[in-house]
Amino acid sequence: MQKSLNVLDFERSLMELDKNICAYESAASERGEDYTAVIEDLKKSRQRLLAEIFANLTPWDEVLLARKTERPYSLDYIGLIFDDFTELHGDRLFSDDQSIVCGPARINGRNVMVIGQQKGRDLKERALRNFGYPRPDAYRKALRMMKLAEKVRLPVICLIDCPGADTNLGSEERGISSAIAVNLMEMSVLATPIIAAVIGEGGSGGALGIAVADRILILEHAVYSVIPPEGCAAILETFGRDPGRKDEAAAALRVTAKSALEFGIIDEILPEPLGGAHHDIDATAATLKEAILRHLRNLDKLSTDNLLEQRYAKFRNMGIFDEIVPPTPSPASGEGWGEG
Amino acid sequence: MPAENWFQKNTKFGVIPASNTRSTVPDGLAIKCSGCGEILFNKEFEKNLKVCSKCGHHHRMSVDERIAILFDSGTFEEIDVPIRSRDFLEFPDYQTKLEKGWAKSGMGDSFRIGLGEIQGRRCVAGLSEFSFMGGSMGSVTGEKIAIALETGIRLRLPVLLTTTSGGARMQEGLMSLMQMAKTSAAVARLAKARLPLIVLLTDPTTAGVMASYASLGDILLAEPGALIAFTGQRVAAQAAQGQKLPLNYQTSEWRLEKGHIDAIVQRRDLATIIGRLLGLLHNPPTKQSNAKITKRP
Repeated sequence: MQKSLNVLDFERSLMELDKNICAYESAASERGEDYTAVIEDLKKSRQRLLAEIFANLTPWDEVLLARKTERPYSLDYIGLIFDDFTELHGDRLFSDDQSIVCGPARINGRNVMVIGQQKGRDLKERALRNFGYPRPDAYRKALRMMKLAEKVRLPVICLIDCPGADTNLGSEERGISSAIAVNLMEMSVLATPIIAAVIGEGGSGGALGIAVADRILILEHAVYSVIPPEGCAAILETFGRDPGRKDEAAAALRVTAKSALEFGIIDEILPEPLGGAHHDIDATAATLKEAILRHLRNLDKLSTDNLLEQRYAKFRNMGIFDEIVPPTPSPASGEGWGEG
Repeated sequence: MPAENWFQKNTKFGVIPASNTRSTVPDGLAIKCSGCGEILFNKEFEKNLKVCSKCGHHHRMSVDERIAILFDSGTFEEIDVPIRSRDFLEFPDYQTKLEKGWAKSGMGDSFRIGLGEIQGRRCVAGLSEFSFMGGSMGSVTGEKIAIALETGIRLRLPVLLTTTSGGARMQEGLMSLMQMAKTSAAVARLAKARLPLIVLLTDPTTAGVMASYASLGDILLAEPGALIAFTGQRVAAQAAQGQKLPLNYQTSEWRLEKGHIDAIVQRRDLATIIGRLLGLLHNPPTKQSNAKITKRP
């Protein structure tokens, strides 16, 4: 599907316009002719087209956009948002899995612990980052940093961007399920504020493993899903067990930021520049920074007990179901076992 | 059993009423063991707790059957949670699947909880039912697990969870992923209350369930030969890309060898072992925790 230059299908018509604009611009500079009006017109229609395209993105388009290699990754944001980020390595058990980067840093003069899932752009870095699939060692390293943050009272900032957790033999051998599960449990009681932001791909348990937070933010064109659409389409008879029907699965799963907000799973959508975060990394980083600082200030107002109570309640209340009135209610029946 | 009858209070299960037995064994005199192909007579097979007398393969059991082999006769009281799955995403086919599941199993979802005694030891239990949409965990299952764990805290009782599940229920999208966080957070609370959690892993336990509460037991027991995995075997084989996988990869035996579980327990020994562990890990209940659940307002 993706041809050279990593252009998405819905971006192709923009490319044509860009080519035209370029041609006029070079013609203008080479031959000294005045094409200002034409170029202005073209740029205006480009802007219109872009707005139109982005107003009509399908959920599958959003998945492609979230996975785009031009999209800023954790380290790009870390460089723009934090000062003195000091990367610390290893889980002290097995390895330093670089699909998650961690370390203390400063945001607006305030000390925090940063944990970010990191993909790679070129082949070498992609291999180094295990193509963004964290292994158990990555989750254990992240937990080690969270415990350190709890001890020295630093808030934890997690940047989520991974297609899923690693499923290879080595990861099963070292207990990938357990590594994720332990993080979910420990994060639910970590006595320090946690803010998570989905910046690209929120891939299933792999993402959730560092995303049990007091505030969960998501960038406008990031996605968050229980399973990759391809996997869902491949498993369910509904989609004929055909991974090619990933676009239908993406729509059915409601993977977009908007849906996550609608169902009350995330707290805030952070707007991206028109065309996506990669069109203006500085602006996106500024948006993210402002949101992190604002939510930190709000969480500061809570005592640790309140913080943990609210965090528990946040996840405890997640779930949508129908309540059934029992067929023969006894006179005494009222509040059921359902209340937490 | 029609669905609405299931939401009765404090239904007692001691022996399996014949009409309630949701056996995977088709009607007839005999079945073919899916482990070794041996023909097993139903009567013999049921008597042997659905374990093949030739190869020892542990066939899947329904919740009713599980209750019958684990709990002291007549002690299991179901905790009635009057909730039912909703197709809130309008996910294709979900409503149809739910209706089929309700009709077939008479269950509200893939999970049931209650209180009972195992070898005289009282505990809160949550049991997963594979025949209801592969035992998948959606909002209802997550809620019931949380209630089971919170009931343990309230009554100061240990909790036993038995698992058999393909993972999170895709048809509930991100909400089902959040059940992983919800159930794990409830386990953390049980731990804070210094009460033990025993998890019995049965075939199969994978994905979102394995990567949440199922991995968080203080004690992890498994039946022989169960598939216990983060990713199912099809995906695992794909991911291996020609890499040679151990023959017993992702089975209970492999998990024990890797140090991931505490013990493999034969089905006929489950009640004895779990009862003994409940006794060893939990001090005799006080009067208060013996209180019946009739305290329902």
